[in-house]
Amino acid sequence: MSIYSEVILDHYHHPRNFGKLRKPDLNFKIINPLCGDEIEFFINFDGMVIKEICFYGKGCAISIASSSMFLNIIKGKNKDELKKLDKEFIIKMLGIKIGLNRLKCALLPLGIVEKI
Amino acid sequence: MYKPVSDMGLKNDFPIFKKNKKLVYLDSAATSLKPQVVIDKITDYYQNYSANVFRGVYRISEKATYEFEETRKIVAKFINAQDVNEIIFTRNTTEALNLVAYSLGKKIVGKHDEVASTIIEHHSNFVPWQVLCFELGAVFKFIDIDKKGYLLEDLEKFISNKTKILALCHVSNVLGTINPLKQIIKKVKKINPNIIIVVDGAQSFSHIKIDVKDLDCDFFAFSSHKSLGPTGVGVLWGKKEKLEIMKPFLYGGEMIDEVTFEKSSFKRSPYKFEAGTPSIGEVIAFKEAIKYIDYIGVDKIREHEKTLVHRSINLLNNEFKNKITIFGPDNVEDRGGVIAFNFDKYHPHDIAAVLDTMDIAVRAGHHCAMPLHKRLEITATVRASFYLYNNQRDLERLVNGLKKVERILK
Ligand SMILES: Cc1ncc(COP(=O)(O)O)c(C=O)c1O
Repeated sequence: MSIYSEVILDHYHHPRNFGKLRKPDLNFKIINPLCGDEIEFFINFDGMVIKEICFYGKGCAISIASSSMFLNIIKGKNKDELKKLDKEFIIKMLGIKIGLNRLKCALLPLGIVEKI
Repeated sequence: MYKPVSDMGLKNDFPIFKKNKKLVYLDSAATSLKPQVVIDKITDYYQNYSANVFRGVYRISEKATYEFEETRKIVAKFINAQDVNEIIFTRNTTEALNLVAYSLGKKIVGKHDEVASTIIEHHSNFVPWQVLCFELGAVFKFIDIDKKGYLLEDLEKFISNKTKILALCHVSNVLGTINPLKQIIKKVKKINPNIIIVVDGAQSFSHIKIDVKDLDCDFFAFSSHKSLGPTGVGVLWGKKEKLEIMKPFLYGGEMIDEVTFEKSSFKRSPYKFEAGTPSIGEVIAFKEAIKYIDYIGVDKIREHEKTLVHRSINLLNNEFKNKITIFGPDNVEDRGGVIAFNFDKYHPHDIAAVLDTMDIAVRAGHHCAMPLHKRLEITATVRASFYLYNNQRDLERLVNGLKKVERILK
């Protein structure tokens, strides 16, 4: 099965939560060590809860789709809930069989958990 | 000028193609495939005389030592080294370059001195020098390139009588640029006759004829695994008088003359740089790779790669027009068997992943040359690299693969 499933391609071509926030509470970049791509994240909190979140930057289909899908899921969640999300969660979310090397692309948005 | 059919017909010598009949291997710049003769030689060592070298007085150890030292001789001859003791076995190019930075760099570079490299280097010939300078309070400079990917010619800007070392590659692993080493070295030594020239030959060894005497460099480093040989073996060639003033790299077994409670004395080159048990079987088998290459002929390999590069550039440009951007010099005389490119809006990782579904292996990323990618204002490229087993059909498959990339990712 190709890693370029319909869902992945849909999120790649039409990433959700794509853009920047003007005055974010938190703003950081995550670099994909495999290719040096940078993706920037913007977050606004409401107390402990992620109220608004979006991302901006260039990347491969897998890192863009993964970011797009992940942000959809964590929007509205509180910080504690976020801490429970791990590698397995991302792999399940993507629903594709991904090789060891591309895993770095897929797991890029997981860096958010560490930064919050 | 370019032969109509570019196929050396060597795929049968490489057993990987037996199981992977459709494999189009375009990543030899990362590591090459291995011919049967090399695999057989390794197996022979492990099956029939897998003893340690230098230590045993029994026959299989003597056989291992003999075979091991034969490789040193063959390497020396192949690159026209004047003395077999100038050939040091390391793990790879990276270790060979680090060895020079550590054993010589630390000794001769002082505060406010300078060390120069170039912006096209692989990290392994950039970072060791950058770190060395940082640690010693020296100045690290790197020679820039022009729009086409040639090193700038006004070397006076980068080299002075304060420059202790110039470390540069023979062939760029991304742009493919072949640096006119002989010319550069002449020019640099005119500016500073005492400068030490360290050449990273990882991409040139076995692709271009190497004559270290003629080049007049001080060190030349390369890896077996990129030249049909096993992994775990690198070579550092160094001028004898330079090797003599260097301190050992690692301390331990095999490299000492005598150890007393108070102090130890060390062997001379190459053994003072080869502490511990080396990759014996791999070193032994490396000579089969060199023999194979010599049998085919480096000049023939070079012609073949030129043909493939010329054709692939034409094929890609004709088929994809301005959707394809190829980096590096236009003139194939000035480039090795490597082409790095970007294709339309598609990310190199995605291109490589789709090509993989068609059994085409290319590299995607920054190829351990982040400073160069930054200079080119890109984050990643796709790289196809060629060697003696590639042929015209592989190029056609690459073009078809890129058409599939368009279909899938559109
Ligand atoms: C130009 C260049 N230098 C150095 C290296 C490092 O070689 P190795 O990984 O065998 O140490 C490579 C290989 O990727 C290379 O292409």
